Amino acid sequence: MIFHEVLVVGGGLAGLRAAIEAHDLGSEVAVLSRVHPVRSHSVAAQGGINAALANHPASQDDTPEKHAFDTIKGSDYLADQDAVELLTSEAPTRIFEMEHWGCPFSRLDDGRIAQRPFGGAGYPRTCYAADKTGHALLHTMYEQTLRRGIKVYEEWQVVSLSVADGRCHGVVALDLRTGRLEAIGARAVIFGTGGGGRIYGHSTNNITNTGSGIAIAYMAGVPLKDMEFIQFHPTSLFGNNVLMTEGARGEGGYLRNRLGERFMEKYAPKAMELAPRDITARAIQTEINEGRGFPGGYVHLDLTHLGAAKILERLPAIRDIAINFTGADPITDPIPIQPGQHYFMGGIDTNADGASLVAGFYAAGECACVSVHGANRLGGNSLLETIVFGRLAGRHAGGYVKGQGGEAAGKGAEKALAKTMTETEKRVTWVLEAAGPEDPADLRDELRESMFANVGIFREEKALAVGLDKVRELRARYPKIGIRNRGRKYNLDWARNLELEGQILVAETIAAGALARKESRGSHFRRDYMDRDDASFLRHTVAHLTKDGPRLEYRPVTITKWPPQARTY
Amino acid sequence: MTIDRGKTAGNAGGNGGGQVAAKRPDKVTLKVYRFDPDLDKEARIEVYDIPWTDGMTVLDTLFWVLERVDGTLAFRFSCREGICGACALFINGSYRLACETQVARLLDEGRTEIHVMPLPHLPVIKDLVVDMARFWANYESIAPWIVARSKAPEKERLQSPKDRKRIDEYVGCILCGSCFSACPASWTDKDYLGPNAMMKTWRWVDDTRDAAKDERLGLVAGENGAWRCHTVFNCVEACPKKVNQAAAIQGLKRKTVSAMLRGAKGLKQGRKGLEE
Ligand SMILES: Cc1cc2nc3c(=O)[nH]c(=O)nc-3n(C[C@H](O)[C@H](O)[C@H](O)COP(=O)(O)OP(=O)(O)OC[C@H]3O[C@@H](n4cnc5c(N)ncnc54)[C@H](O)[C@@H]3O)c2cc1C
Ligand code: SF4
Ligand code: FES
Repeated sequence: MIFHEVLVVGGGLAGLRAAIEAHDLGSEVAVLSRVHPVRSHSVAAQGGINAALANHPASQDDTPEKHAFDTIKGSDYLADQDAVELLTSEAPTRIFEMEHWGCPFSRLDDGRIAQRPFGGAGYPRTCYAADKTGHALLHTMYEQTLRRGIKVYEEWQVVSLSVADGRCHGVVALDLRTGRLEAIGARAVIFGTGGGGRIYGHSTNNITNTGSGIAIAYMAGVPLKDMEFIQFHPTSLFGNNVLMTEGARGEGGYLRNRLGERFMEKYAPKAMELAPRDITARAIQTEINEGRGFPGGYVHLDLTHLGAAKILERLPAIRDIAINFTGADPITDPIPIQPGQHYFMGGIDTNADGASLVAGFYAAGECACVSVHGANRLGGNSLLETIVFGRLAGRHAGGYVKGQGGEAAGKGAEKALAKTMTETEKRVTWVLEAAGPEDPADLRDELRESMFANVGIFREEKALAVGLDKVRELRARYPKIGIRNRGRKYNLDWARNLELEGQILVAETIAAGALARKESRGSHFRRDYMDRDDASFLRHTVAHLTKDGPRLEYRPVTITKWPPQARTY
Repeated sequence: MTIDRGKTAGNAGGNGGGQVAAKRPDKVTLKVYRFDPDLDKEARIEVYDIPWTDGMTVLDTLFWVLERVDGTLAFRFSCREGICGACALFINGSYRLACETQVARLLDEGRTEIHVMPLPHLPVIKDLVVDMARFWANYESIAPWIVARSKAPEKERLQSPKDRKRIDEYVGCILCGSCFSACPASWTDKDYLGPNAMMKTWRWVDDTRDAAKDERLGLVAGENGAWRCHTVFNCVEACPKKVNQAAAIQGLKRKTVSAMLRGAKGLKQGRKGLEE
């Protein structure tokens, strides 16, 4: 059996940052990822990462506290304010650390890190590397992982988490290249497995963002938090939903409807195009729904007034993508865009140490919910979350294995892991041999379509109920799937359909949470309950798995300094 | 500009089409290299008919096969927007990213079929999935991380926009392996560092914040480094991100010569010289 003191699952920013921290504190660490680390979704982040550096001429009096307030207001007051203060006060140190590690940030004339305006922020505080910030950060993080000689299991997919008596003992993973199932023991496991955007249609996410880590934790009895909060990004490319960064509006881009109007005037007269994402996405969708979009359902992101020089310097990747996929060159043509599913605010229920309710099991990054984003994440705060809380999860997991977790290690662990292995083997073999009449590709398509249509940007009771029924129907159909490939080696059909079950379960928590939350808050917008209802719903949803579906509980939100106010921009 | 919305292409990489509508065939023919060295004596080409959807990329066609026709096909993918480097393949005789390559464009090039091959000259694991171990080992061998050698300041190390711009092209590499696959010197000489590892060396040599320039030059000064490059420019042509590896290698040669003339000690220290 393989054993590591600390096992990190996920080679994105959160996972690698956690691994580096645990390693630096003296733990023996390995990273396991189903794609090579630099292929992780983090690499695709475009616009930037927030920190109140006060570098930009217009942000001289920016502070972490102001960053915290913007984040909390952006979250529609659902974020835990102590966690947000931690996030924003750590931000400058973490950004400088990335810079010291060689991250190629874009620069101001005086050589300091450049910053740009982003939605919902009072100051230009988004640090960037052109429009390839995730690429710059992830490559840097990978370099630091290499420098430390941290072992990476590349193209291994975790399929279950071993939990017994409230304690985590390791994982069972599939080595995709051989098709072999392996039990991997660990004193502490950290998930940095990313979001689940691909549970939705019209997603901006990487194809491997299936939410599998969230599902695996949930299936092992770890609760999920605030799952109903799904961010829809205002500007994804019409057709394939590749992201057009918020940085494009940060640099001065306009949104225009078919009549040429800058319609944000009506929805956020002060902030205009730089209103937070929930508001802007709904504005665009309203324009489209009311017939002021272009045929097919899109509006224009217009950068033509920015000039070639600025576009080429600050938004080169956006330009390439737009030209490649639509034929429109942003220097001369407006870009056709529509809202697309973008981000999971919810996730594995953790505290600010990255710790879950299961001893020895930690999570950080998009798969986790601390919560710092509440009901709506501000652009640029997610990359920040990965490095701040990835580090903290690594730190606390490292501390745990040196103390309490180390002492508890022993026979119980092996037995628990062996049991998980036996159960997992059964499930995994069942999928490999599945020969039922249902095509899993149909199930996946139906899931994605239904989630976008029924549990999407605008929500209401009837559609949500349809969405929830659909998920339950799919759950009932899943045992009847048949797959097309029975070989073990690099079997994508198997690997993808193995996690379909978990995707359905995660979707169920989203639909159930949304149906139960009878208010509108941030990204969760109910046409039948248009107002925020602090008296009943200023609280986190916590979903526990039962055999009849999720059991929902509620937990209070931590308020430190900022009592909830009306949210206008 | 008006665009017709395409049908959802299965569960493929995209979410349906977005390409400018034009007259297109109902179907395209996809020919894919298939090989499992554990099972097959030799490779074969499998032919699939793929229903046309607007905006369809080569990656979408592979997903169509995987999801709807033949679940045994193996290929790599992740971001589907040309930034993760997972899907570099040899398509219709050129190195391309499958996710960025529009089928419509291939048809515009006058082809009626799409030929998809794995990255040439790399060992095949299965079908389009190749073993990149040597590529990664070469990359790791040049110590591709900053060696600053001075105490980190409280805030950022300064770098002018001009200096930042110098490395922009090299930083933009997505580690897709195309250049390595295309390099004739790498085919024959298994110890040769190859264009990517050398370009990445230059990325640090030319970064104003790095302090181990001579030591880095030392790593590529040997017979398996810069002097083995025959400047055939295959790498430059293969690169989907327009990185000019040949220019970087020229830069290395130039700086190595001047470091030799200076009698730089760092040149002789080997990889150890890069440990802080
Ligand atoms: C197009 C796009 C642009 C964005 N731009 C920005 C931006 O500009 N600023 C910002 O702040 N945020 C941005 N975001 C959000 C941000 O990029 C992500 O939230 C963040 O990168 C997530 O990082 P992570 O480390 O949590 O996970 P990821 O980077 O998604 O990494 C997940 C890792 O887990 C591994 N994994 C998953 N499941 C398994 C399994 N079962 N077994 C083994 N390994 C597994 C994967 O292989 C991968 O290595 C953007 C998001 C999108 C979609
Ligand atoms: S230099 Fe270009 S071809 Fe080579 S690995 Fe980087 S992106 Fe790929
Ligand atoms: S899938 Fe990432 S580059 Fe093609």
